[in-house]
Amino acid sequence: MTKVFKTTLALLLVASIILAMTGCSEGKPTLKVYNWGDYIDESVLVEFEEEYGIRVIYDTYATNEDMYIKIKAGGSDYDVAFPSDYMIERMIKEDLLHEIDFNNIPNFKYISEEFKNLDYDSSNNYSVPYMWGTVGIIYNTTMVDDTVDSWDILWNEKYANQILMLDSQRDSIGITLKKLGYSLNTRDVNELEAVKDELIKQKPLVLAYVGDDVKDKMISEEAAMAVVWSGDAVYMKWQNPNLEYAIPKEGSNLWFDAMVIPKTSKNKENAELFINFMTSTDIAFKNTDYIGYSTPHVEARKLLDDELINDKTAYPSSEDLANCEVFKDLSDFLTEYDRVWTEVKAR
Amino acid sequence: MKENRVVAPYLIWMTIFIVLPIILVIFFGVTIRTESGLQLSLDNFKRFFEPIYLMVLWRSIRLALISTVICLILGYPMAMILASNGLKMKNTLVLLFIIPMWMNFLLRTYAWMTLLERGGIINTILNFLKLPSLNILYTEQAVILGMVYNFLPFMVLPIYSVLIKIDKSLLEAAEDLGADSITVFRKVTFPLSISGVISGITMVFMPAVTTFVISRLLGGGQFTLIGNLIEQQFLFVGDWSFGSAISIVMMILILVSMGFMSKYEKENEGAGLW
Repeated sequence: MTKVFKTTLALLLVASIILAMTGCSEGKPTLKVYNWGDYIDESVLVEFEEEYGIRVIYDTYATNEDMYIKIKAGGSDYDVAFPSDYMIERMIKEDLLHEIDFNNIPNFKYISEEFKNLDYDSSNNYSVPYMWGTVGIIYNTTMVDDTVDSWDILWNEKYANQILMLDSQRDSIGITLKKLGYSLNTRDVNELEAVKDELIKQKPLVLAYVGDDVKDKMISEEAAMAVVWSGDAVYMKWQNPNLEYAIPKEGSNLWFDAMVIPKTSKNKENAELFINFMTSTDIAFKNTDYIGYSTPHVEARKLLDDELINDKTAYPSSEDLANCEVFKDLSDFLTEYDRVWTEVKAR
Repeated sequence: MKENRVVAPYLIWMTIFIVLPIILVIFFGVTIRTESGLQLSLDNFKRFFEPIYLMVLWRSIRLALISTVICLILGYPMAMILASNGLKMKNTLVLLFIIPMWMNFLLRTYAWMTLLERGGIINTILNFLKLPSLNILYTEQAVILGMVYNFLPFMVLPIYSVLIKIDKSLLEAAEDLGADSITVFRKVTFPLSISGVISGITMVFMPAVTTFVISRLLGGGQFTLIGNLIEQQFLFVGDWSFGSAISIVMMILILVSMGFMSKYEKENEGAGLW
């Protein structure tokens, strides 16, 4: 049994005790939070409940698309969600988000200027940055003796059945576009067809298409390399020192996750209260310290261990990011991406 | 009149939770979203009959058939052992067989993942015995193993319940008339248990052909089955029309095979599932 599994079990236990305890306090206002799996120090939820007397109902999702479809389909009533850049852009376009009243988010001042007014929310009315990072390759130095500096290594037959890919269409298609030298926001069907062929060619080499379980697999050395988000890479390196992370030279995806208030929210003010709470220095620090992702919070970053502050995985240099691109919303063209991914997976 | 009042709640329940959803699925299946709103179209079905999706369908049927056959081969002798008279610990055995079913099937499938991993328990034992490692997690065999493991009880129990009801005097009569044990089995036991076998086949084949969890967990997302395709369309892609069309094809397939089964069963006058 891996450590991760044990901690998860412990967390589940704690969470269920919390649920059981708060379960009896009826009539309390509730707040429904919809976040990525493994993306928060869950103890801060308890702190929030104690401080404001608001019961938190916490759900998780595995991909942006997953979250989007649940909110878009209706029937849910989430107050806070944590989508990425391109998904925020899409949700703004489709009028799925409330404008945030920044008077209620005084802690917004702690967010570094370079993370405000980014393209996906250019006048910053809808989102408060939560974490950021890159997509790259994590590899086990005892199992890989080639230099890992290119996406090509994921197509190297030497590592057949030792490669883990992300079960997330924008990411997997995105890195293949980069490998072929295209933009990861391409709207060219021919380029996508080329990507499809590449991914189908790669399929026999792939051990599995995974989500969050990639962490357990890499830590317990079930595979030699995997495509991962940088923050997860930081965590995996903590757990297994044989692991190393690289951003391929062809460039990759630079991403930002931010907190938003979906239109499904019934109590926007409580949602703002929660976002402000999450942006306070000690809570932002706790989350960053716990999950290992890169924080846009100036004060929280100062509190981190030197080791983490200087870790190029979490805080890459501008050269590393030279060829990186941020995902853009593709609107209608997305159906082409859907089709390509469906066909790759069905093969 | 009285009867109607008793039936009413069930009718309402069935309308809301069975009839309406099916109408919705059919509605989504025959429409496509265009810029000018929803439009009636059979494009979704046409798309399904592209070779790549037919391959998925074929893969689902093939894996489900293999699992069903393995379940039958393993399950029939098991049912016979359970039903045999001389066994003292019969009740204990039946209980042992049922106990795992009390646990959620998702958990049991996750457990197989830790068993089958490269550094998992099975390989640790193999390595300890100086035997070569077994790399079967994320292969087709792992998916079949998962199906057989999860659905085997559905094969054993119907056969078992038919076998224990067989009148023992028939077997004795056959023996008295000079049949050896193989002939008894071939001419008496097996024909009498055919209804159980058919129920078993149906109860294993249906969930196996529609599963998506087993293929995702033990197949590592590499072996897309029809269930995965439907799940993907609804949860990740958001193409409800295509997802619905696949579901309809699936439903027709199941209806046809059920019709086939029940016809066969009637001919054999069994006391089966339906």
